[in-house]
Amino acid sequence: MNLLRTIKATLLFWCCVALATPVLAQQTNIAEQDVPPELAALAADSYADKGKAIQALIASDHPRTRTWLTTLLDGKLQRIKESGRFVIVTDNRGRDWTVIDAVDDTPLGEVSRRNIDRITINNALRNQLRSAMAVLDLDAPTVQERLASADRLLGKVDVNLAEPLAARLEAEESPAVRDKLTQALAIYQLQSGDSAAISEAIDTLSGSLNPAVRAALNGVAAGEGEAAESARQALAGIEQKLKLNRAAETLYFGLSLGSVLVLAAIGLAITFGVMGVINMAHGELIMLGAYTTWMMQQLLPGQPGLALILSIPAGFLVAAVAGIIIERSVIRFLKGRPLETLLATFGVSLILQQLVRTLVSPLNRTVVTPEWMSGSLVINEALSLTLNRLYVLGFALVVFAGIMLVMRKTRLGLEVRAVTQNRAMARSMGIRATRVDIMTFALGSGVAGLAGVALSQLTNVGPNLGQSYIIDSFMVVVFGGVGNLWGTLVAGMSLGVINQVLEPWAGAILAKIIVLVFIILFIQKRPRGLFPQKGRAAEG
Amino acid sequence: MHWLAKPATERSTQIFIGVLTAALVAVCLLNLLLPAGHPLHVSTYTVTLLGKYLCYALLAVAVDLVWGYLGILSLGHGAFFALGGYAMGMYLMRQIGDRGVYGHPVLPDFMVFLDWESLPWYWHGFDMAWFAFLMVLLVPGLLALVFGFLAFRSRVTGVYLSIITQALTFALMLAFFRNEMGFGGNNGLTDFKELLTFDLSADSTRLGLFVASGLALGLGYWLCRAIVSSKLGRVCVASRDAEARTRFLGYRVERVQLFVFVVSAMLAGVAGALYVPQVGIINPSVFSPLFSIEIVVWVALGGRATLYGAVIGAILVNYAKTVFTGVMPDAWLFALGGLFVIATVVLPQGLAGLLAKRKRGKPTASAKGVKEATA
Amino acid sequence: MKKWQVSSRWLTTSLVAMGMSFPVFAQEDDPIKVGILHSLSGTMAISESTLKDTMLMQIEQQNAQGGLLGRQLEPVVVDPASDWPLFAEKARQLLEQDKVDVIFGNWTSVSRKSVLPVVEELNGLLFYPVQYEGEESSGNVFYTGAAPNQQAIPAVDYLMNNVGVERWVLAGTDYVYPRTTNKILEAYLKDHGVAQEDIMINYTPFGHSDWQNIVSEIKRFGSAGKKTAVVSTINGDANVPFYRELGNQGIDAADIPVIAFSVGEQELSGIDTAPLVGHLAAWNYFMSVDTDANYDFIDSWIEYTGDEEAVTNDPMEAHYIGFNMWKEAVKKAGTTDVDAVKDAIIGVSVPNLSGGYAAMMPNHHITKPVLIGEIQDNGQFSIVWQTPSTVAGDAWSDYLPGSRDLISDWRKPLECGNYNVIEKTCGGGEAQTASQ
Repeated sequence: MNLLRTIKATLLFWCCVALATPVLAQQTNIAEQDVPPELAALAADSYADKGKAIQALIASDHPRTRTWLTTLLDGKLQRIKESGRFVIVTDNRGRDWTVIDAVDDTPLGEVSRRNIDRITINNALRNQLRSAMAVLDLDAPTVQERLASADRLLGKVDVNLAEPLAARLEAEESPAVRDKLTQALAIYQLQSGDSAAISEAIDTLSGSLNPAVRAALNGVAAGEGEAAESARQALAGIEQKLKLNRAAETLYFGLSLGSVLVLAAIGLAITFGVMGVINMAHGELIMLGAYTTWMMQQLLPGQPGLALILSIPAGFLVAAVAGIIIERSVIRFLKGRPLETLLATFGVSLILQQLVRTLVSPLNRTVVTPEWMSGSLVINEALSLTLNRLYVLGFALVVFAGIMLVMRKTRLGLEVRAVTQNRAMARSMGIRATRVDIMTFALGSGVAGLAGVALSQLTNVGPNLGQSYIIDSFMVVVFGGVGNLWGTLVAGMSLGVINQVLEPWAGAILAKIIVLVFIILFIQKRPRGLFPQKGRAAEG
Repeated sequence: MHWLAKPATERSTQIFIGVLTAALVAVCLLNLLLPAGHPLHVSTYTVTLLGKYLCYALLAVAVDLVWGYLGILSLGHGAFFALGGYAMGMYLMRQIGDRGVYGHPVLPDFMVFLDWESLPWYWHGFDMAWFAFLMVLLVPGLLALVFGFLAFRSRVTGVYLSIITQALTFALMLAFFRNEMGFGGNNGLTDFKELLTFDLSADSTRLGLFVASGLALGLGYWLCRAIVSSKLGRVCVASRDAEARTRFLGYRVERVQLFVFVVSAMLAGVAGALYVPQVGIINPSVFSPLFSIEIVVWVALGGRATLYGAVIGAILVNYAKTVFTGVMPDAWLFALGGLFVIATVVLPQGLAGLLAKRKRGKPTASAKGVKEATA
Repeated sequence: MKKWQVSSRWLTTSLVAMGMSFPVFAQEDDPIKVGILHSLSGTMAISESTLKDTMLMQIEQQNAQGGLLGRQLEPVVVDPASDWPLFAEKARQLLEQDKVDVIFGNWTSVSRKSVLPVVEELNGLLFYPVQYEGEESSGNVFYTGAAPNQQAIPAVDYLMNNVGVERWVLAGTDYVYPRTTNKILEAYLKDHGVAQEDIMINYTPFGHSDWQNIVSEIKRFGSAGKKTAVVSTINGDANVPFYRELGNQGIDAADIPVIAFSVGEQELSGIDTAPLVGHLAAWNYFMSVDTDANYDFIDSWIEYTGDEEAVTNDPMEAHYIGFNMWKEAVKKAGTTDVDAVKDAIIGVSVPNLSGGYAAMMPNHHITKPVLIGEIQDNGQFSIVWQTPSTVAGDAWSDYLPGSRDLISDWRKPLECGNYNVIEKTCGGGEAQTASQ
């Protein structure tokens, strides 16, 4: 049996890679590695030949088929230039790569990347590999895995797959997986040309929100005749359902943007709103938080999730300490001269930016998104909420609640409010105003650091990070009403939603301009923001 | 005495105009009379650089007028400067005529290759110098009038006013970045050839522009001095120090504010118009909020509410920037940032305060007023 | 020594800026001065600062080999700080005051436009290393980056013929390079039978960070039953949030591939590329190019920066080519005199890093191979396609109505950057007026 298969595969291999034959023949002779022909065929020159080799490999039932397909898909299956030995690269960063033998997993140590010949694949092959592996995964033990692989097959079923899939469908027990497989087969039938099969398939597919289904239906609807008509009807029904989902999606986008604005602004709402310090270095404090996250991930390689969680206290601390240094070295000399804090902190922000450029690098840093924050939370097939943004939204609310607690329920909060309302009186009551100043500024800065930790999951971590948020932060604080934390929350969220609602029809740039003009006009109507401070403090 | 003639009697104005005139004459003579190799020769490069500083100085004076005497911290004065610059830039673009790379007789190059069919309506008239120069004054002036009318009528004050001026310049920046606006998008307007038939790359034109900038600064300074030493100026200072009280005394504070704000915007426009032919490009980054903040930093560094302080600050900071970016390209931001921090902490009244202190041993009256106002 | 140089330059600059200048006479054994005009601070520092180091490295290497024409090379570095008017000012400083023999610099289109009148007026030499929108040819500028026909058009060809794309999203940052490129591509696609409704064009501001809506729109656009691709001319910083959003909204390269013209190894070094595997980029060089010249270049770069993880990218290769071309031209001319070098450099051919040769064409653009790469999980590209031979840069696009008839040829006797082949005039000014 084994012999027979080898002969079959060898034959196939000779047909497939006639061009590369001389080279390969020489390589298969090398004593170090007994290269199975299925594997050797993967190193063909043209992508078309590689595609055939992949099919042959799957058909061959070789025990390492999976390993080779996976590593090929990941671009890790490569060859040593001189010996032609097939290896799997386990670490491809830097100049020397760590490799193991592709046939028997023998560790081969490090090899210079100069000496490695890459077996490249393109998107078409990647598609083929994924479908092939999805089919293999349909035999997986858990429903979840099977469902995922069935999902991957939507719109990817071709003649070769249809038969085994139908057989697989018979054997499948889980109704969810059956549903998916039925859909996958129905999409295949849409292209079959048989009108009865098509109309049956359209019936199966109508009401599904899956984009692959819509794509397939659109293909049919573009044609003519009865089938096209019923496809159009099915699409109209789907479109109806989609409308609601789209509204929900826009709301989510808006809230997500809003949460970013709130996070960036909330620290400023404390230092600027409560203390009256116009802190132009606020953006750079956010940047410090983001760099702390990067640093933590460098310290804990391979554990981005843990590093991110630890970054929350670390980012807070780093930014808070930086805040204390700024307060002690600059701001305390500017008591009662709030506008001058703008100038001094503008200088501080320039210094911090250049410091990062000099000490770390002028280039952006990679911050890895942990597994549990990637991808999206699927509500239904048309509406899924991106997880990283969902976490940031939640984080913003938690941070806000935390700050409200500190300000309302702790002694520090009480003292801060006392000093803000009447500094002299507070001091005569025994409150150490200087200490309160330091603590408040540290709190505001620390929260900026928290914002940086969150933003590192959404945007660039680089020296310019701070500058892109400082203007927006000031807008939010002022729009909400200086000195009012609730105002900041409501302002950030509403500006985010307005922006995202406008964006689809006005475009990203115009939407932003409209929001700015809206703020200008709104301030005419309510010169002290959404939630104006009342009483004497307001005149300050 | 007529209010416009009043500055002539002030010692500070006499000194300022004297120094400015002397500097202008000296630079011209050193540039024209000495041969290029002479150690005291001022190269045309330096002349243009100085011309740029003078434009910035005029802009700083305009900001000081509203900030120092009116108590309005405008974080959007770059917008007026840029609008004046764009008006001039549009004129210079039209002057290129058919000498652009595509040789189109009417459309500027960027319109040709982005397939514009015809000139947008707001570009008409800019081929005439008088119209363009009028627009240099009118466009910033009108914007300031509308914006100021709304803001002062609604009694938007303090930091709220500052932030909406910032929103204004930010919105304009985004708008001018859009290529659909027809102002050349991010590339802005550039490749100018001549101004009033004078070749812009000629040394004499550069010197002429430098002198024009100097004259504009002198006249602008004079005008601002005249305003602040008039009765209107006193109302300004009063409204800066105690707006409500001034209002109760029967003064229409918002009208005074509006008038001064519009004058300041027009001065900024003139500064922008002179700046553009000297640097050879105008692009939306001049609208950037950070540039507007930088202007405020110049004023603060020089000393607020003195006018001459603004001039010193603008020239000094920009000179420092020129030197630092050439000498220590990797670290100049440390130097500039450090300068801002140290100056604000050590010199609360700016450099002008230092001068006044040395002279009289105590802060000037107006500087004291500032301190109280900001407290 | 170095310190002394700095302080003496400080002195010179300060004195000169104050209105005094020392007489400068070029002497035969004086060093040859090479001006480097790249932003080291501000928004563009992210991209440009490595180009400064690339130049310093090459100058150091050249000096180690005995310099040029028996003279040492001296780099003059200034920081235009991502501030466009400052670019013009610094260019003027380099040419008038430091008397440099050549300038290597600029990244953004606007900075080049700002510097252009200065180098033309003062007759300097500028080597510009970045891919750009074309529609320009100056006698004083050498364009060592790609023109649209050396990047955008081959990339679209690849997607159309090898991937079978029928529906196109042209997404870009709103400035002149994406605008022009998309205009050219739109005309090109329509010539190839793509319908208007199968093209979606979208512009965003610089540094755009909230891509939720646009990505979801792309997703919708891509579910119309035809193979869809995104052609991205999104600039620099906006790419990280864009790719993050793509990954999180589940847009896979196998379904909707994104081909980028402004994303190289350096940009990728700031992104976690695992979710991006399979997305594409079109360049004239990739760090993963498998040639010895390239490995040597990478090794010396790593050694120069002292960073094992340092990456190389396309504009660095352009500076590598540009520097070598200038060097050869100086050798050929036997002098650094600008006019002599300008004459000598046309036709000069030097090896590039991808195993071929780059030649300077009469239109001041160079020949380049076009490579398409797919992003790998280690932040590198795997090359999946390349043009069979090199492509010569075309200054004036054939797909834009205004420039169809223009050519550029800086050889004598034509010496014209915008010669109209129909009207047979240089600059086309009189011709246009006459025809109207």
